[in-house]
Amino acid sequence: MRVRVEQTPLPGIGVRHDLVTSSGRTVGVVSHRNGRRDLVLYDVDDPDSCLASIPLTDGEAEALANVLGASLMLGQLAGLRQQAAGLLTEQIALPAGSPFVGRRLGDTRARTRTSASIVAVLRDREVIASPGPSFVFEANDVVVTVGTREGLDGVTAILAGDTDD
Amino acid sequence: MHSTTTLLIEVGALLFALGMLGRLGRTVGLSPIPLYLLAGLAFGHGGIVPLSASEEFIQVGAEIGVILLLVMLGLEYSAAELVGNLRAAAPAGVIDALLNTLPGAGFAFLLGWDWRAALVLAGITWVSSSGVIAKVLADLGRLGNRETPVILSVLVIEDLAMAFYLPLVTAVLAGVGLAGGAKALAVAVVTVIAVLVVAIRYGSTISKFISVQDGEALLLSVLGLTLFVAGVAAELKVSAAVGAFLVGIALSGPVAHHATEMLSPLRDLFAAVFFVFFGLSTDPADMPPVLLPALGLAVLTMSTKVLTGYLAARRAAIALPGRMRAGVALVPRGEFSVVIAGLAVASGVEPRLAPLATAYVLITVVAGPLVARVPDYQWFKKIVRRRMAVRRPPANPLPAGE
Repeated sequence: MRVRVEQTPLPGIGVRHDLVTSSGRTVGVVSHRNGRRDLVLYDVDDPDSCLASIPLTDGEAEALANVLGASLMLGQLAGLRQQAAGLLTEQIALPAGSPFVGRRLGDTRARTRTSASIVAVLRDREVIASPGPSFVFEANDVVVTVGTREGLDGVTAILAGDTDD
Repeated sequence: MHSTTTLLIEVGALLFALGMLGRLGRTVGLSPIPLYLLAGLAFGHGGIVPLSASEEFIQVGAEIGVILLLVMLGLEYSAAELVGNLRAAAPAGVIDALLNTLPGAGFAFLLGWDWRAALVLAGITWVSSSGVIAKVLADLGRLGNRETPVILSVLVIEDLAMAFYLPLVTAVLAGVGLAGGAKALAVAVVTVIAVLVVAIRYGSTISKFISVQDGEALLLSVLGLTLFVAGVAAELKVSAAVGAFLVGIALSGPVAHHATEMLSPLRDLFAAVFFVFFGLSTDPADMPPVLLPALGLAVLTMSTKVLTGYLAARRAAIALPGRMRAGVALVPRGEFSVVIAGLAVASGVEPRLAPLATAYVLITVVAGPLVARVPDYQWFKKIVRRRMAVRRPPANPLPAGE
């Protein structure tokens, strides 16, 4: 379903974006000219007025966007699981002792060896979508992988360093 | 040498006192404008502590204050914003002008003043204070509200209308009669349209001449350009304030953004001096006789402003509570009313005008933010809800989006 975001200029202050959710609530963001942002929630009884106006710093706005983005991404990946029979999605935590900490994704040759794909990496609440071969792993990365059961097990083994090249 | 030291002592003490007053005002949630006016009354002729050496300095400072108030106003809006807004909200602007100038003018005739004083008083009651209102809206957390764009567009139109009104008043007060006033108005119309067109077409090119990298150079060039244009405009009898406003509109993009940041402290300083100067030029002894008329005028024009906001919000399909909020938000008059009254005082058209304007602005600017809070109280919401329930039973209040 397409969501309509409405944009309203606020002369001298900035611009307001808002949208009506399917549950009937209205949420919006007031972006001030000087870079300040307010998250606004509208009253149910009086839809013209906002119930709360929450100022967000740059960092907070980014964190909120990431949280929403990450949960959205994972939700879509979970949806993928149901769409294609036999194809699975798994989040594999990079073990601390993995030989690939500090090495490039291309070095794992995971797709060539297991035909499973690494589609995203979660790092510090951030989603790095479709990492390239030159992407460098760090400790505590969570690798989101799509493939068959054997393929996923293969990637888990490779990342753990349990295979002999 | 002696006069310079007195000047330093007086100006220093005055600014320090204003700073303390402003702080006091903030703790009780009051705009500093009425406090500055009261300070001016206290320091003026017949006040508690008359200033002697610094009057001339304050007078020049006050003139710079008006210019800075106006250039900052121009910087807030881009030319495209002004034109786009004019198209969308012109009817609201006309309602606003009619409902709020006529009571002022009528009141002046009632007091037996001549038509020039009536023209001035009409302007004083017309213009809401965009500075005070923007602050009130932010303080009450209403910036995200749906009626807020309506309020802001009424303010924008008023500010733009000043670009025509001020030259007219300046010319009329200079004693050139109606024909001279019409000529000044025509000049202003042509100039404003020319500046808007140039600003929309070539605004980015103009702004490129002024470098953003060097803060000091930016400050000096923008301030210099503004004072120069304001001076030339005053020389051409088109009101210095309007010249400054147009400079603000012509600048756009990063230059406008940085200039706003750099000029804000200067504006705060000189605008405070301006309000004090206006208070200075009023003798406190003249105040008591005009207090009652000022109160009557304030009550009358506060209700017409509420009606203005109500009608403007209704045009934008805002529900009843939002219309009430828009109405009460528009109540405070402030810097512009004082600017207009200042023009009249300088020309000496009507001796009772300055004390009346002072009292009027004091009343509306103090009452405005208090009145603006009324729609947030539970008892008010209850009354409004009951009325809405009577008028239209179970209607879905949500707009049919999607």
